[in-house]
Amino acid sequence: MKKGTLKQILLITDGCSNKGEDPSAVAALAAQQGITVNVIGVLEDDRSEDPMGLQEVEDIAMSGEGVSQIVYKQSLSQTVQTVTKQAMTQTLQGVVNQELKQILGSKQSLEELPPEQRGEVMEVVEDLGETCDLEVLVLVDTSASMSNKLPTVREALIDLSVSMNARIGRNRFAIYSFPGKKKAIDKVSDWASKLDSVSSVFPKLTSGGITPTGPAIKDAMYEFGKKSLKRSFMREDEPNIEEAGY
Amino acid sequence: MNQTSKKRAIDFRRGQVVRGKWHHHHYTIISKLGHGAIGSVYLCESNGKQMALKISEKSSSVTMEVNVLKTFQKVQGNRLGPSLLDVDDWVDPSGVQYSFYVMEYLRGKQLSTYVKSHGEEWLGILMLQLLGDLESLHQQGWVFGDLKTENLIVTYPPARMRWIDVGGTTQIGRSIKEYTEFFDRGYWNMGTRKAEPSYDLFALAMVMVHFYHPKRFERGSSPKRTLLTKLNQTTQLKKYESVLKNALTGQYQTSEQMKRDLSHVLMEKQISKENYSRKDKVNKPVSSKQPVTQKRSQMPQATQNKKSVHPILESLGITLVVMVFYLFYLFLN
Repeated sequence: MKKGTLKQILLITDGCSNKGEDPSAVAALAAQQGITVNVIGVLEDDRSEDPMGLQEVEDIAMSGEGVSQIVYKQSLSQTVQTVTKQAMTQTLQGVVNQELKQILGSKQSLEELPPEQRGEVMEVVEDLGETCDLEVLVLVDTSASMSNKLPTVREALIDLSVSMNARIGRNRFAIYSFPGKKKAIDKVSDWASKLDSVSSVFPKLTSGGITPTGPAIKDAMYEFGKKSLKRSFMREDEPNIEEAGY
Repeated sequence: MNQTSKKRAIDFRRGQVVRGKWHHHHYTIISKLGHGAIGSVYLCESNGKQMALKISEKSSSVTMEVNVLKTFQKVQGNRLGPSLLDVDDWVDPSGVQYSFYVMEYLRGKQLSTYVKSHGEEWLGILMLQLLGDLESLHQQGWVFGDLKTENLIVTYPPARMRWIDVGGTTQIGRSIKEYTEFFDRGYWNMGTRKAEPSYDLFALAMVMVHFYHPKRFERGSSPKRTLLTKLNQTTQLKKYESVLKNALTGQYQTSEQMKRDLSHVLMEKQISKENYSRKDKVNKPVSSKQPVTQKRSQMPQATQNKKSVHPILESLGITLVVMVFYLFYLFLN
């Protein structure tokens, strides 16, 4: 059986979008394309930010068929990896559910199975989660209010790659920041299996109050289709023969 | 897929009856024992017996935990984790379904509470027990994963270390399912999050460190140095330092190796204690702490008497003490 690649966008933000199309709509579109959108809302630990403004966080993830969580800065690391893993399980469970419906009829889903069989199905889901390939595009809000959260974000992302690289399946991570200078998003680091290189290149902050979350997600979607991705998925230790043809 | 939106956190009241959808057993809630990342655990009663019931809105997580408990079940006579009694679903009045499982209720004290009230010498001994259990777990191809102080309780008498949350238990070679930063070697930049025996041994060493640093500490800019310095500075951990350092730096490939070294340390420690008590002519620290067993409280006296007789007899006596302690430890296991 050929194992597929799970595609995720991980959006890390601290507030509402205020420019461009509705992020939830774009997230729904991404989900249609097989890209899950997960959202983490980061709160400052000392002063209380308006959690109501973070309602959007949940909305985007829901229409993006992903997972959302709102956290305080210091627990970001653990959250980033939990959210990523949960979203993987959720997606895979969705796929398995689909299969179950085809085999057992439209009314059958995982939750409808008696606990004994459910256990066996979950084992399959777990196996898939461990062995499938994963692509995560991290989309970091670098608007002014995020400034003192960015070091933590960086740490959390390195930590994420530590977690994900312990899996059997392969991983690719890319980091983009928004709002970009000229486009909606700017590349911070290209697709790579490890994120330890991030330390040097984490973005300069964009001042100003615009947060074009919708357009950012839309642009991020296109980054999955790029040729660079295909190339980067070839083993790094193997000589890259195809490259000669480019 | 739509599981997240509608479910509310479960809050059972005392006396509420939880009836299973599939197996129709019912459980009367007595009290809440705690809650974690995945669901809540309640003390409940069924057919006159007390049990622990874990329920969660995350059906898949419950199922995964049940899978782990089931594999433990297959090993006869091995007490790895609490035994699994029932797995079922509960449908709340509004029709939303939650998964739960029922397990043996382990009545005991938290590790730190137990050691504080019964004497610090128990820490090492309980760790030996834990290493023994980890050894069998690893031999079966599993790693405990989320090993931390909160997941360990001591049932007594006789004192026996048990673990209570198997949510992090992972097959060897995979990625650790669940962890807690302070006890995670990845967090300290001291290894991967791949499930291998040395992952658990790191966490076990951190449990010992945590006992003397209950408030934990930050990792700082060079985590490894921070940790090793802390270890070095903690006087109560001096005697364990070499063992802990080996565990933290991944020198032990199996729990058996660590167990061997730790038991060496424990026995040395007892000897120096005897010497100490003799010099000061104080009451023997072991017997004064608490009445453990007859055998144990008598031993120091034996050494004291022999001391005045002959140096060779003295060393003989010490060897004897060590042997008895070793037997005592075997007996505990």
